Amino acid sequence: MRRATMKPIVILSASLAAQVVVAEEPASTGEHAMHGARPAYSEQPASPNLQHAPDAPDQQMDHEVLLTNVTIDQLERRENDSGALEGSAWIGGDRDKLWFKTEVEREEGETEKAELQALYSRAISPYWNLQAGVRHDFELESDSRNWGIIGLNGLAPYFFESDASLFVGEDGDSALRFETEYELLLTQRWILSPKVELNFYGQNDRETGTGSGLSDAGAGLRLRYEFTPQFAPYIGVNHEKKFGNAADFARDEGESPSETTWVVGLHAWF
Amino acid sequence: MKKQNPFGENLSRRTFVTGVAAGAALLGSAGAVAKPRQSTLNSDAVDTLRGNRFDLDIGYTPVNFTGRNRTAVTVNDGLPGPILRWKEGETVTLNVTNNLAHDSSIHWHGMILPSNMDGVPGLSFAGIKPGETYRYQFDVNQSGTYWYHSHSDFQEQQGLYGAIVIDPAEPDPVAYDRDYVVLLSDWSDESPHDIYSHLKTEGHYYNRQRRTAGDLWDEIREKGVAQTWRDRKMWNEMRMSDRDISDVTGYTYTFLMNGQTPDANWTALFQKGEKVRLRFINAAAMSIFDIRIPGLKMTVVASDGQNIEPVSVDEFRIGVAETYDVVVEPDGDSAYPLFAQTIDRSGFARGTLTPDPALRAGVPTMDYAPVLTHRDMGMGHGSMSGMDHGQHGSASGMDHSRHESGDYSPHGGRPELGGMQGTWFTDNLGRAGHGSDSPIVHMPSEYGYGVDMRSQMPMDGLNDPGIGLRDHRQRYGRRVLTYADIRNLTLTIDRREPTRELQLHLTGNMERYMWSMDGIKFSDAEPLVLKYGERIRITLVNDTMMTHPIHLHGMWSELETGDAEYIPRKHTVIVQPGSKISYLVNVDAYGRWAYHCHLLYHMPGMFREVRVV
Repeated sequence: MRRATMKPIVILSASLAAQVVVAEEPASTGEHAMHGARPAYSEQPASPNLQHAPDAPDQQMDHEVLLTNVTIDQLERRENDSGALEGSAWIGGDRDKLWFKTEVEREEGETEKAELQALYSRAISPYWNLQAGVRHDFELESDSRNWGIIGLNGLAPYFFESDASLFVGEDGDSALRFETEYELLLTQRWILSPKVELNFYGQNDRETGTGSGLSDAGAGLRLRYEFTPQFAPYIGVNHEKKFGNAADFARDEGESPSETTWVVGLHAWF
Repeated sequence: MKKQNPFGENLSRRTFVTGVAAGAALLGSAGAVAKPRQSTLNSDAVDTLRGNRFDLDIGYTPVNFTGRNRTAVTVNDGLPGPILRWKEGETVTLNVTNNLAHDSSIHWHGMILPSNMDGVPGLSFAGIKPGETYRYQFDVNQSGTYWYHSHSDFQEQQGLYGAIVIDPAEPDPVAYDRDYVVLLSDWSDESPHDIYSHLKTEGHYYNRQRRTAGDLWDEIREKGVAQTWRDRKMWNEMRMSDRDISDVTGYTYTFLMNGQTPDANWTALFQKGEKVRLRFINAAAMSIFDIRIPGLKMTVVASDGQNIEPVSVDEFRIGVAETYDVVVEPDGDSAYPLFAQTIDRSGFARGTLTPDPALRAGVPTMDYAPVLTHRDMGMGHGSMSGMDHGQHGSASGMDHSRHESGDYSPHGGRPELGGMQGTWFTDNLGRAGHGSDSPIVHMPSEYGYGVDMRSQMPMDGLNDPGIGLRDHRQRYGRRVLTYADIRNLTLTIDRREPTRELQLHLTGNMERYMWSMDGIKFSDAEPLVLKYGERIRITLVNDTMMTHPIHLHGMWSELETGDAEYIPRKHTVIVQPGSKISYLVNVDAYGRWAYHCHLLYHMPGMFREVRVV
């Protein structure tokens, strides 16, 4: 569970700072000289400059650290031998991060959907990150495909953890996804978390079962118990529904356009 | 340096004390009673080292405060390190050897000394490399209670701290029969890097007093849905929590008094009728304490080592890195609890003041946990009556939109926005001792992703006992110390008016766990350049909802408490949430100095170099 706070950047910033200081030193000495009439305070020796510039990582309390995080948002078992994984990982500093997101869904023992996003994330306001990158859908029931992404990720007013992404496919396909999640603390450890996801597409695609316009939506309600903030099993209910053409595609396949299942899973990060 | 047998020490001390004349400073070391702790520290009591030459060894020491074995970073195998007892007017030499696998350092907190002796790696010197010894040597030109700690990495959290007591050259104006150092700190079994990394991921990680559905339900029953919605509106829109009091709490911390857990109950002895001087030092990494001794009035006689006009109080708040000396006169045969509850009431350190080692005091109950108000966001809402705790007042009409920084009040001078040099005022400055008259100006750099709040109308932090203490007089009949009560014992030495005023804003983003000054974190900031010989005012404006203890190295912070004749000198000044406070600084020490928030995990960002040229 230990998370590495890596420090190469500290070394770098420290040595840079040291160089700047050394470079500026003559100028400040010059200023000394110009202050001919010094007040009558006891003379103290001027501080030595950083000619012995420190190079060890923890010489200074300036931690411009590179942080890492791996979050398993949902790792859950659903009814009918189904399951899902939704997670993310990032590495970076306060402003810039490299960010990965993944979603995997299994139905009736088979992996139905698996996607991986790789994004550059940049803080643009106190609560929002602008994210851009690529998404790969793995070849499963349909061909694999790649998308370009631009999105916003952050905390909306009233504490809604939100994510909005626009996807553009190689052959001009487009898709839009909104996700938002809220945490209601029943106690300090029991947390009820409703979550909504909406997927829109710019085109019909029978192969992937997606339809133009609002294609599918998911709504979940999960109750988790935080043994620690980093380890919280949960139970809940998940509802998924397809709309319009997507619903028709599902019916044609002999599947139901909507499904509600009980879930049991784990929320964790490290 | 001698090892102390706790029982023998106490018994002999008791008989010894009886025959000693009043006024003698006798006992530097803590008279501890044996306790069932499995610690492998070198002693149950804190050692006292006297003289003017010291050999200090920084190293690893196994400890066990919670039932789990951990490794602390210590000085001479003590947690806290030995009490260093100096004499004003002497020159002290300290050979500090680093036996760690990493760089280390010791900073002599509150000491006025040459900057190359100040112990801040990267500013004063290059730090002490593993296996190396650094010789600190400086003249001791002050007296009182101070402390020392590492200024490297997060070693301070791991146990590298200790007390400094300097006996005055002249007769002490404070009369006492015996004195004790009461050093408070916070210990975690987690590594400080893990703590920092948890906070960076979830700013509220350690907060176990967050708002729950139950709180909401209570509020709705009390005020109705509509009013509750309005009251919650601003917090919800700003995405801030009114329960955000401490970043790191009792959830991970065990709070220590002289290195003893609350269960171990550090014990100090007195004889009936004696005046006992308690030298409180807050050596915690992140914990602000509220101190009281139920059953005893405390006469505060010194603040940050400097003698003040005695003030009698029932309770006082001690910010991280501050020191307060109090004198108590226990007249009974009973034991008194020394009680130090944290600002968020998530835990406490405690000890016992007793005439008999067999007699122990009970544990007082903690007070209610404070909840932030609009006033703590610098919205000028709420009165100064001291009753303004809890969630009353409405959010309507509160404007948290951006303040236009061109909007200056007519009586302040126009400021110069000096880039990273901050906002400087040179005209129409307030009189020395009376604080700032200048308008509040938010620099353009405050409008970035690292700043989640700006105080529109910061309150004056001087008369404010602080969050969680404001109604203690009404509620419990306790007199609580405020900065406005502090007057220096002797006349202000330098009576010059300040020639310019720096307005510096304390800024941050709780969600991202970023801290900065004027929205600029240390690694991006240029030094603040001051001219040797000038006398300036610094006005700190707190644009966050946290209480920040701000420490200026090398020069006194002369706190403007409203009396120009008796300006108290401090080294660390608490800036209340959404408030402002001013002090004067005599720029009388050349060199590069650190200027920062003393909350350890705020330091990486809320830190500036002050360069005196």
